[in-house]
Amino acid sequence: MQTTEAHITIDNLTMAYGDFVLMRDLNFIINRGDIFIIMGGSGCGKSTLMRHMIGLKSPAKGQILYGDASFWDTSPDEREQMMRRFGILYQSGALWSSMTLAENVSLPLQQYTRLSAVEIKRQVSLKLSLVGLNGFEEFYPSEISGGMCKRAGLARAMALDPEVLFFDEPSAGLDPVSAKRLDDLILQLRDSLGATVVVVTHELASIFAIGNNSVFLDPESRTMLASGDPNKLLADDHDPRIQLFLRRGKTEDEKSAQNPVSSIQQPVS
Amino acid sequence: MSAAEIQYKRTPGEILSVDLGGTWQLGQEVPSTDQFRKALEGQPPVKQVEFRAKELASWDSSILTFLLEVRKLCARAKISVTTDGLPAGVRQLIDLATAVPKKEDAHQSESRESFLARIGSDAVEFVRSAGELVAFVGEAVVAFSRLMSGRAKFRTLDLGLFLQESGARAVPIVALISFLVGLILAFVGILQLNLFGAQIYVANLVGIAMVRAMGAIMTGIIMAGRTGAAFAAQLGTMQVNEEIDAFQTLGIQPVEFLVLPRMLALTLMMPLLVLFADLMGILGGALVAVGFYDINLTIYLNHTIEAVGLNDLFIGLFMGFVFGILVSLSGCLRGMQCGRSASAVGNAATSAVVTGIVAIIIATAVIIVTCSVLGI
Repeated sequence: MQTTEAHITIDNLTMAYGDFVLMRDLNFIINRGDIFIIMGGSGCGKSTLMRHMIGLKSPAKGQILYGDASFWDTSPDEREQMMRRFGILYQSGALWSSMTLAENVSLPLQQYTRLSAVEIKRQVSLKLSLVGLNGFEEFYPSEISGGMCKRAGLARAMALDPEVLFFDEPSAGLDPVSAKRLDDLILQLRDSLGATVVVVTHELASIFAIGNNSVFLDPESRTMLASGDPNKLLADDHDPRIQLFLRRGKTEDEKSAQNPVSSIQQPVS
Repeated sequence: MSAAEIQYKRTPGEILSVDLGGTWQLGQEVPSTDQFRKALEGQPPVKQVEFRAKELASWDSSILTFLLEVRKLCARAKISVTTDGLPAGVRQLIDLATAVPKKEDAHQSESRESFLARIGSDAVEFVRSAGELVAFVGEAVVAFSRLMSGRAKFRTLDLGLFLQESGARAVPIVALISFLVGLILAFVGILQLNLFGAQIYVANLVGIAMVRAMGAIMTGIIMAGRTGAAFAAQLGTMQVNEEIDAFQTLGIQPVEFLVLPRMLALTLMMPLLVLFADLMGILGGALVAVGFYDINLTIYLNHTIEAVGLNDLFIGLFMGFVFGILVSLSGCLRGMQCGRSASAVGNAATSAVVTGIVAIIIATAVIIVTCSVLGI
């Protein structure tokens, strides 16, 4: 399901905490079915941008459009309606710690659907088994590992079959194999559910493996430097800051030298 | 293991050659930079410093801090430094430490504000927090009205747990404290009443004091320290874990789902606890009167019944009800305002208790003055 219908449009967005402007003049379009990467160095406002997109922080200026509808210029009730079509995986999983995994996943279903208890139970089992946690229904978040918490968080994010899935640093704190599995899962979900996926990350492996569209935020100039397919950015974009980021701090010469530890043994002086 | 050694040698060409040797280890004595500064003195002025480390046995961060200090000194005196003679590891670490220049504007500005500026910013802060309080109360009222119209969303299971937590579980501590308060009141009062031979009036004293005010106040303070702090810590931790964000983005109002059941539970349980505290206080007084001053228990209780009117009881219960609202409100407010760190959770709990107790005392004053003006 690869169309080029614009799903989310960021129009001239400025993000600020009080007087402190974090990012200005953000303009980009996320198409339906994209896996869109928000990347940039630490502290540049990636997560804040996501908080704007999911309704936790209002923009200082500019608009966020879902389809044709403005997200922040509508009534809170309508915004809530739009938010109901999001699924969000938070950095730490953000499972409700006083509830079991089953209760975590079933809460959105109980709130917004008229399913019977039995149907909800089936849905919960399905969502948990999609992320490989079948049989963990009665566990509390404190009883399972961090990686499992993340996957359970994903199950909860998928509970209402969302149109847009947001991931905040999905691979942070995961071992490489689990991170890879999560990436594969994201790809599979996009392909099977047809959802648009927005991922905040700075994991290069993930960026190139799953992303087909992206925006690069730069903390120095406080705006975006480029947007587009990360693989194309790597090949075609000549901005040194983007190249430095996408090549993990290596210049092109060092890369061709193929010495993986050279950057450690010869620190820049 | 030999200690850290250092030797200075002046060569004619304005070069100071520094030879490092021995074992450089953190916690052991290492040469001071003053020595180095002395070695730099003398004519002709040194233009270059050269490091050697032929005799260096082992080293750790102590040698790095020494070298960095030396480099700083040399940079100030415009003396060039060659580190070619040092082990590769030392050179690399020094390069790494000096690779990114010190960011001068990075540190938090802790410039001292003037006294007036501080008063001003505190006042602004006070107005802002008062605004937040009003907004929170408003949200709670909206949530409550939704509850009344049957549209509030929260889990009845949660409400049950909170009822148990702020009701039944609090009984032992409330019983103990109010029993002792009654006992103390009786001891203090009966000593004075004894002077007039009016010991029996200790029943009136304890009865009225407990039922009208002390029972409610003590219960309120216990619950502020016990349940108010717990509410703040629970909600604060949820804030840290992004759990509250997760509620919001699902379109579930945290105030409705998290705050409402807590407030309901405590506000419903408080009057019951107060009633219980009143009884325990009277029993505490009775223990003193009967046990130490040979007053007949029946007479004591009869005196209490005569002295304490229904209006006293209702004032006490009303206070309990109000304190329930205040304590749960301050606990939940501080929890919801909590920042995103472990220390913020601690601050939230502390501030919940302080706010709760201050609110209780102010409310008590207002209620007592109002009642005495109205003559109830």
